[in-house]
Amino acid sequence: MIVKGRTHLYGDNIDTDRIIPGKYTKTLDMSDLANHVLEDLDPEFRTKVKQGDILVAGDNFGCGSSREQAPLALQAAGISAVVAQSFARIFFRNAINIGLPVIEAPDHTIADGDDIEIDFSEGNITNASRQEQYQGTQMPDVMINILAADGLVNFLKENGKYELS
Amino acid sequence: MGQTIIEKIISKHAGKPVIKNEIAIVSVDGVMASDTTAPLAIKAFREMGGKKVWDSDKAFLVIDHASPAPNERIANLHSMMRDFANEQGIKLYDVGEGICHQLMVENGHVKPGQLFLGADSHTCTYGALGAFATGVGSTDLAGTMLTGKTWLKVPATIKIIFEGRFPQGTSAKDLILHVVGMVGIEGATYKAVEFTGPALEDLSLSSRMTIANMTIEMGGKAGFVDTTGLELPYSFEDIKPDADAVYEKVITVDVSALQPTVAVPHSPDNVAPIQDVVGTPIHQAFIGSCTNGRLEDLHAAAEILKGKKIHEQVRFIIGPASQEVFNEALSDGTVEILSKAGVKFIPSGCGPCVGTHQGIPGKGENVISATNRNFQGRMGNRDSQIYLGSPATVALSALHGKITDPSTLHKEEILI
Ligand code: SF4
Repeated sequence: MIVKGRTHLYGDNIDTDRIIPGKYTKTLDMSDLANHVLEDLDPEFRTKVKQGDILVAGDNFGCGSSREQAPLALQAAGISAVVAQSFARIFFRNAINIGLPVIEAPDHTIADGDDIEIDFSEGNITNASRQEQYQGTQMPDVMINILAADGLVNFLKENGKYELS
Repeated sequence: MGQTIIEKIISKHAGKPVIKNEIAIVSVDGVMASDTTAPLAIKAFREMGGKKVWDSDKAFLVIDHASPAPNERIANLHSMMRDFANEQGIKLYDVGEGICHQLMVENGHVKPGQLFLGADSHTCTYGALGAFATGVGSTDLAGTMLTGKTWLKVPATIKIIFEGRFPQGTSAKDLILHVVGMVGIEGATYKAVEFTGPALEDLSLSSRMTIANMTIEMGGKAGFVDTTGLELPYSFEDIKPDADAVYEKVITVDVSALQPTVAVPHSPDNVAPIQDVVGTPIHQAFIGSCTNGRLEDLHAAAEILKGKKIHEQVRFIIGPASQEVFNEALSDGTVEILSKAGVKFIPSGCGPCVGTHQGIPGKGENVISATNRNFQGRMGNRDSQIYLGSPATVALSALHGKITDPSTLHKEEILI
């Protein structure tokens, strides 16, 4: 699976309260989430983001709450993938479960507005704007299979149970 | 090779011995979701083709995050939860009965040695009674409601040994804030944390819950408090690590040197000894949450406020962790002391902790809170400042209208 897009860069320790504040999480309407995504961190994000863009961050992206509304809000706003130097555990798992591709690349030096291409099967990232490549951390097979099914809902619908490989 | 406690609990639930970094499919003893996470979990459960929850005695729903419903949209989500609970025959705790984590422990839905999943990051609280409990998102929870299982990577364990005794004016909250500051907000990511040592042996279950609760503020997958000295209304097996268990890291903390500690804006690991911020003006004070909303926390506040009035500039809100806690505080006179001092009680639930409704601070205001997170905007306003402290620090600061050090309580009292 290959995802290509333009990046929006943020820093370290972006917590789930800043991705989507708790006061907006009680909804099943994804456009409610999209309307408030990242608003306390970057009030301009909503107007800047275009369908297919890629979010890039530093360490510990998505720390804090277990709210799945965080990756859902990013997905609903048009974000097609997230790259970070590292992720908080629950966020990473939630993103894969809802079919939002995420990749950990500890050494990336991606800047805001770069055009990048992520090859999820190979686990690497090509930065066309700076002619650079970064290696991503290998995901366990169980996660690769869930992502390949486009999320845990489809995976369990098709398989009926968890499988390790 | 020897096993850590966490490795032992996971092995039992995987049906084979496992050690750190292995990936295993495990059976789950119980699941819980709140009104923030249950609606999405119910939706995902149905989309997976789910008809019947794997075991109706092992799934719990709690309406606590926005409770009572502040608006029509949330009221409808609450109805959806009630309908699902009725249809499935599962237990639902409704408006005002308490905070999900308090209810799971208080009502014995989780026990030592069990493996429990909650669709809430502070599910790690149940490590206080020797369970492996971790937070997951809604879709993962739906997967477990369907299959009774989940997959997980066995975490490596960081062991923290607490030596010495708690000095006057300090509590479990000061200790865990100190540890979060030391380890850092991502210092335990993907790891379990085992808390042990003689300083913990006399601690109540409530204080142990305060400690386990904030494991997630270090990124931890689960916190586990050594069950030595733990008293529960039923008998249980004390699980101990093997002598040759392998730890990621072992840290020793001398509790005798602990000072009242606060986390300053905008991160729970941004901690400072209280002297650094003494005198900061306070506009709102809050005691409550799954960290510090229990009877001993209300007692700590009542001890300070007995026969006094809080500062006129301060709004002091208390949200008991459960109705059971409130009822006990009512019977023993604590509620009367606090109410006469000017405290406002709100229904048991998450309340101001999560900024959905109830007690949202104004622009430029400072809040002193006994909760676990002070991220920017956490209480509903990005332009307010949240300081985290112990219940004693919160109550004393509310009394004086500024952050005040509880270890100097006796000196202060003479000055008033
Ligand atoms: S009290 Fe606060 S931290 Fe605890 S479950 Fe509720 S919102 Fe989460």
